[in-house]
Amino acid sequence: MSDLDTFRAEVREWMASHLTGKFAELKFRGGSGEGDALPELRKEWERELAAGRWTCPGWPREHGGRGLSVAEQVAFQEEYSRAGGPGRMGHIGEGLMGPTLIAFGTEEQKKRFLPGILNGTEFWCQGYSEPSAGSDFGNIKTRAKLDPVSGDWIVSGQKVWTSLAHLSDWIFVVARCEEGSVGRNGLIFLLMPLAQSGVEIHPIKQIGGGAEFNSVFFDDARANARDVVGQPGDGWKIAMALLGFERGISTLGQQMSFQQELDLIVEISKENGSDRSPAIRQRVAYAWTGLRAMRYLAMRVLSDDQSAETRREALTYKYQWSNWHRDLGRLAMDVLKMDANVVSHDPRRERLQQMFLFARADTIYGGTNEIQLNIIAEQGLGMPREPRGKL
Amino acid sequence: MIIEFTPDQQMIREEAQRFLREQSSSEATRRVVDAGASHDVGLWNSISHELGWCAMAIPEEFGGLGLGATEVAMLMELTGARLACVPFWSTVCLAAPLIEAAGSEDAKTRYLGAIAAGEIAATVAFGDLSVADPLAVTSVKAVKSAGGYVLTGKVAQVIDLAVADLVIVPAKLDNGAIALFTLERDAGQVIVPLKVLDGTRPIASLELAGVAVSAAQRVDAGGLTAAAAQSALAFANLGLAAEQLGAAQGALDVTLAYIAERVQFGRTIASFQAIKHRCAELVVGIAEARSLVFGAAASLGEADADESALEISGARVLASDLQFRAAEEAIQLHGGVGFTWEYDPHLYFKRAQASAALLGARDAHLDSIAASVFGDGGQK
Ligand SMILES: Cc1cc2nc3c(=O)[nH]c(=O)nc-3n(C[C@H](O)[C@H](O)[C@H](O)COP(=O)(O)OP(=O)(O)OC[C@H]3O[C@@H](n4cnc5c(N)ncnc54)[C@H](O)[C@@H]3O)c2cc1C
Repeated sequence: MSDLDTFRAEVREWMASHLTGKFAELKFRGGSGEGDALPELRKEWERELAAGRWTCPGWPREHGGRGLSVAEQVAFQEEYSRAGGPGRMGHIGEGLMGPTLIAFGTEEQKKRFLPGILNGTEFWCQGYSEPSAGSDFGNIKTRAKLDPVSGDWIVSGQKVWTSLAHLSDWIFVVARCEEGSVGRNGLIFLLMPLAQSGVEIHPIKQIGGGAEFNSVFFDDARANARDVVGQPGDGWKIAMALLGFERGISTLGQQMSFQQELDLIVEISKENGSDRSPAIRQRVAYAWTGLRAMRYLAMRVLSDDQSAETRREALTYKYQWSNWHRDLGRLAMDVLKMDANVVSHDPRRERLQQMFLFARADTIYGGTNEIQLNIIAEQGLGMPREPRGKL
Repeated sequence: MIIEFTPDQQMIREEAQRFLREQSSSEATRRVVDAGASHDVGLWNSISHELGWCAMAIPEEFGGLGLGATEVAMLMELTGARLACVPFWSTVCLAAPLIEAAGSEDAKTRYLGAIAAGEIAATVAFGDLSVADPLAVTSVKAVKSAGGYVLTGKVAQVIDLAVADLVIVPAKLDNGAIALFTLERDAGQVIVPLKVLDGTRPIASLELAGVAVSAAQRVDAGGLTAAAAQSALAFANLGLAAEQLGAAQGALDVTLAYIAERVQFGRTIASFQAIKHRCAELVVGIAEARSLVFGAAASLGEADADESALEISGARVLASDLQFRAAEEAIQLHGGVGFTWEYDPHLYFKRAQASAALLGARDAHLDSIAASVFGDGGQK
């Protein structure tokens, strides 16, 4: 057995012996469309993972991670998903906030915030989007004013679509700290506790009936002077770097759950006779093909290959998986036929129905389809940039 | 597994790219198409003799370089991008892999060596080029005679037949099994070049009216096994998918160059979002197809053969769709000039049609993937 196989076996073994007892209920839960399912138990699961040192395994050792290689991280993600590991409550801390602090945080910030992420005791959410700053993220209106006495920042404004804010302890907020500045200039990246007067969280009911995301209102809320990442004015740079960490290895785990969804579709179509439809068969085969291509693309993107083709094609990854997943949702419903229309607690059907609905968000968050195509055309092909309007 | 080219592969690719940019121009392709010629003689000489591209995947013991599917796919992609008029696919991806998979030691020594040395171009007279399993069908019969066999029958379409120094003919024996025979030039066969829609890849019909061949011209080592056929077809389809991918990239490149210059409404048409998005969508398709082509190439021979066959079928599906889309967009985004003979889009468009039809249309490939995914061997 290669070292990697041994490592895989270790993960599998650990998952088998820990995702049991009270945690068994979490299997395959908390994924697409139900990020707010069983939150307390899932937070406990985070602490269980932490006790096994399986939170943040890709972080460097000096920061409390395992310093796993890319191949090992991929293996971990795959085995975690294969075992039915639940959607990670801690993923914003682990995948976004932590790496950003490791890269840009002060020593003091690292000491204060990394342990909570590693231990599964502090949960983070992402305060970027605002009512008037969606795709046009630079159009942020939330204001941060320096309190000259304490050096703290006083924040007023509104964030929206903030996933899991109602279940989080901290939020990172991009706000405007220079009066009169526009666009990318004059922004600040702040770390703020949610439990304070001046912060109000209102859940927003979503397409699937649940409420994973929220409006977060700030009314003279306070960010401690120590809790600026980078310098005031660096907000755009830090915010973009954070998004760069997002397109990482966790996508391989995501592909594993895509595979499970496809397997489920095949299983159900064999039971209900949908497998006799030539059109369904071809769509399933096409989905299989797309998933395989996606897998190899991810492997190219994760390699050291820095050729122009690979860098350009890496830009297509988000567009590819999100649209593939959306199509899979349609396919799943076509396979279910009339059953698709009846709400059910059959876990298999429920999973596919939620996926069908939630996949509509895949092409919206993290840069919409249209924004992805702009990025590919402009950064990948060097085509002219979109002009900015005056409204 | 992480997919990336080794520094050696990267070097082969860059040098090939440079060479083709200089030697395989649009003008060169047009000279062949307009003259109705069988191939670009100078280009093929350089590729086969000087550059040794035909030796890439042939084992070292037979005079080749012993490299693999990745290198061949790379070269197929690049020749595809230029619509290079050379019998490279037929020689390297049809004939050589078939001899390697099914040939006797003697046949391998004789023919693979000659292919590797760039001395001959070769092709295969598949009974039906349009099906996914073209080695299972043939209307050519081989009847045993005193000194060997007599071959009789007609093959409607053979790729690169007129330029081939060697054609491998699958023929049915009395017992129904298929055997492989080789014919060199002027061995009694009648070759009729056909007027083709896609002038970049010549096709001819082959007529065998009782052609006598020696026993030594039967080159399969005691019958064509299913495994040998699968292995040969894997190469054929992988090479074709790579070529289709390349042609899509070529069509996009031609289009990008045009739209960056063409001005309407006081701005380049490349600045319109509708046009940017369509080009970006092609990049998405290219990324998908390229990943599957080179992923499949990297795992060919490593992974289970059935699994590889499925990946290669998938690559054909993606590459066929993509090549068509890229060629269609090339015409559309060129506007009126895209409809003319003078501009290149029509060359890519015709090639897209001609390639998509080869070795199984997309439906056939999807059916075989479905048969495996559903685990039911296919629906009747
Ligand atoms: C499930 C979900 C979870 C989310 N979680 C978070 C979170 O945790 N934190 C957070 O900060 N945000 C979050 N978001 C917000 C998300 O990032 C935004 O919804 C997204 O950036 C789009 O912004 P918008 O909704 O304002 O749409 P708009 O920007 O108004 O877009 C509307 C339409 O216009 C198109 N459009 C906009 N600009 C252009 C252009 N230049 N060219 C062409 N078309 C254009 C868009 O593509 C889209 O189709 C989440 C969203 C969803 C759906």
